[in-house]
Amino acid sequence: MADLRIMVVCGFGLGSSMVLKMTLDDVLKEEKITGVETFCSDSYVSSGEKYDIVFISQEWEYLFEKNPQPRVVIKNFLNKAEVREKGLGEIKKLIESKG
Amino acid sequence: MLADYLTPDLVKLQVQADDWRDAVRQGGELLQKAGICEPRYVEAMIKAVEQMGPYMVLAPGLALAHARPQDGVLRVGMSIITLQKPVEFGSKANDPVKLVISFGGVDKTSHIGMLQELAKFLMIEDNQKLLKEAASFDEIKEALKH
Repeated sequence: MADLRIMVVCGFGLGSSMVLKMTLDDVLKEEKITGVETFCSDSYVSSGEKYDIVFISQEWEYLFEKNPQPRVVIKNFLNKAEVREKGLGEIKKLIESKG
Repeated sequence: MLADYLTPDLVKLQVQADDWRDAVRQGGELLQKAGICEPRYVEAMIKAVEQMGPYMVLAPGLALAHARPQDGVLRVGMSIITLQKPVEFGSKANDPVKLVISFGGVDKTSHIGMLQELAKFLMIEDNQKLLKEAASFDEIKEALKH
């Protein structure tokens, strides 16, 4: 089974998305979730990437509105509780459907 | 550790800024003076917000300003400024901004270790508060060592 690909996107794919990826990685580790791959991308190339679910801030939601994959919009990139609350259910659902 | 990056010359607390551009410029100037970036990088950080919006305001009251490595970064580094009076970046989720962290990386990966330290520190909400409220470098010095 291929890993679930979780994409995190921001303008350059270097700063904000990197921070959100770190918060998400912490949550995944705490929840002992394996079989997932998290990666950052930027606003130019992200819509062409292969992914299963995307984490973004509200500013980038428009890039993915036409895509069928689930979107998780996060307000506070440093808040593990928000990331867990909004994202964990979706991730678990995808893992189940893949497994 | 963070204290290795955030030396006193890269931290400026409770400064006055006219608006978000002024705040980003002041944060960028600290990088420039420390030899972390060229002057054009400071302008590129401002342009990034103008062109792509205030998404770098990634937590309540906190902006992470940066541009791309090719915009004039000389070495990996970051600066912190806090504002006496918070400014609006136009972020629906997280305005107004009190804490501006500026950074530069020389490629796609060299800054990740530094950001990891920063994220670990800032995920503890009390540390964000500590930075926002500190009046002197001494007040944050100890916290940065952990």
